[in-house]
Amino acid sequence: MKNVLRLNSIGAMAVRILFAAVAAFPIVFMLVSSLKPDQQIFGDMSSVAAFLPIGNISLDNYTAVFDRVPAARFLINSVGVSAVTVVLGIFVNSLCAFALSRMQVRGKRVVFTAILATLIVPFQTLALPLVWWVNQLPYFEVNGFSLEISKGWLDTYQVQIIPFIANAFSIYLYHQYFESIPKELDEAARIDGAGWFKIYRQVVMPLAGPATATVAILTFLPAWNSYLWPLMVVQSEELRPVMIGIQYFFQLNVSWGEVMAYASLITVPVVILFIAFQRSFINSIASSGVKG
Amino acid sequence: MTTTQLPSRRPAAPAPGETTPAAARRKRPGHLREQLSGWGMIAPAAVLLLAFVFLPAILGFGLAFTNARLISPRPVEFVGMDNFARLFTDPTFWRALLNVSYFAVVVVPVQSGLALAMALLINKKFRGVNFFRTVYFLPVVTSMVVVSLLWLFMYRKDGLINELLSTFSFGLIQGADWLNDPATAMPAIIALSIWQAAGFHMIIWLAGLQSISGELYEAAQLDGASRWHQFRYVTWPGLKHTRTLVLVTITIQALGLFDQVSVMTQGGPLDSTTTIIYEAVRSGFKQQETSYASAISLVFFVLVLLVSAVQRYLTREKD
Repeated sequence: MKNVLRLNSIGAMAVRILFAAVAAFPIVFMLVSSLKPDQQIFGDMSSVAAFLPIGNISLDNYTAVFDRVPAARFLINSVGVSAVTVVLGIFVNSLCAFALSRMQVRGKRVVFTAILATLIVPFQTLALPLVWWVNQLPYFEVNGFSLEISKGWLDTYQVQIIPFIANAFSIYLYHQYFESIPKELDEAARIDGAGWFKIYRQVVMPLAGPATATVAILTFLPAWNSYLWPLMVVQSEELRPVMIGIQYFFQLNVSWGEVMAYASLITVPVVILFIAFQRSFINSIASSGVKG
Repeated sequence: MTTTQLPSRRPAAPAPGETTPAAARRKRPGHLREQLSGWGMIAPAAVLLLAFVFLPAILGFGLAFTNARLISPRPVEFVGMDNFARLFTDPTFWRALLNVSYFAVVVVPVQSGLALAMALLINKKFRGVNFFRTVYFLPVVTSMVVVSLLWLFMYRKDGLINELLSTFSFGLIQGADWLNDPATAMPAIIALSIWQAAGFHMIIWLAGLQSISGELYEAAQLDGASRWHQFRYVTWPGLKHTRTLVLVTITIQALGLFDQVSVMTQGGPLDSTTTIIYEAVRSGFKQQETSYASAISLVFFVLVLLVSAVQRYLTREKD
């Protein structure tokens, strides 16, 4: 009996390792190839060397990437756009969820239902009318002392940020999380003379760390990874995010070492961020978040 | 939770003259202020959702019946069902519909099954559980665009996939030119899509697994239930709600197939990988035919609604 159990757990571990190998091999291949010259990448492909950083290893591909595409500019754009989207997203969505979950607001059930209804609309179906619509929106620009009004948000930073701040799923996650925080805390704070915003800022939000970590990751990932939207609405090189940079490699003679270097460059920051937050992320989704 | 029912939350109208401190603060003016600040807090998110979800949704619906173009000097005119008439006689659209169905029919069962297997493998506590969770989730944090690029390289005739196939089969399998052959292009896209997204659904399954009470397993073990019976009679019924959620989200994502196609094949070879969204983006963005693209999007949306309604019906509570 004991032997059977041991065999069982050894078998389970073998399957786990097999799955892990399948999940990781393309990423390891990408990272390793980014350090090799093109010839060696193709030479190593038929052996286990494809997954090992051996042979002629250097950072040449990375320096070449910065020469070939405005990679630094793309990185700055993506960091900025994602950071602003995440920060505003956390604020706006948690504030809304706070009022919906902890305050006596007339009509909040209707509002909450309407918010949840937006979950069923896939972004791809909105994208095209949204392009048309943001192109009709006014754009204010302070030029010296005069305020200039022009039409159309195409080719701006805000078109990459503002439509993605409010998010029904983030509101839902915060709402679920706030429901689990005892409401007596609000009452005690009110007796001490705190206003609602103060309760939000100093009582509830500090307790909502795991929800915030989840919302941060779930807002950051699509913002950093966005491709379809900037492809449609951003033309100028100096406003473009990292994913669009990939297109630059196909207009020229492809150097696969450089492609892998660029791909690693835009993937590694996300992986590091994910590993830093992964415990609270997985735990909070697994404990409170997605339950259908 | 019962806390919502505590009397202190919503004090019954206090008798005149009664002055508990909390009640005094929550009289009418305070209540009005609560309404105002509540709406003030809801407003930013509500206005943004109104402007960037509800409005474009209605707009898309309307534009589908017009001749609007992205940039055009002509005034927008109502053209009735013209766009739909054109759409339903377009062979590329039917091909796209067929491709997306093919994709969904394979991806939905295989991906949800693999994701459940992964969730079961890492549900227990053991040494290194966090390592495996992280590795399984790694493809999810890798952008689909990067993934497509990476696999584009691996799928070459002389690429890593064919080398691996040849090594593991001791030279028996010679591999195809995956993305340039109409017969293998879609299966190739299916494989990489499952590889990328399974980790995300693993997390949802994991959430479901952890909501099943451990006592049920203890009781089953006392009754001498085998592992298979525990899964069949405890785990599987316990995952009822999670199942619906996973099936609905995978199906909707499958129908929206776009990024992979856009980076790897541009719908080819011979339209074998074109999809509904790819067609919508191509006509709306490259050909600037906003109205035609809106019509495609509308058909797509109806399809999504239909599928999720059917799935909800099939997985409904049968009490």
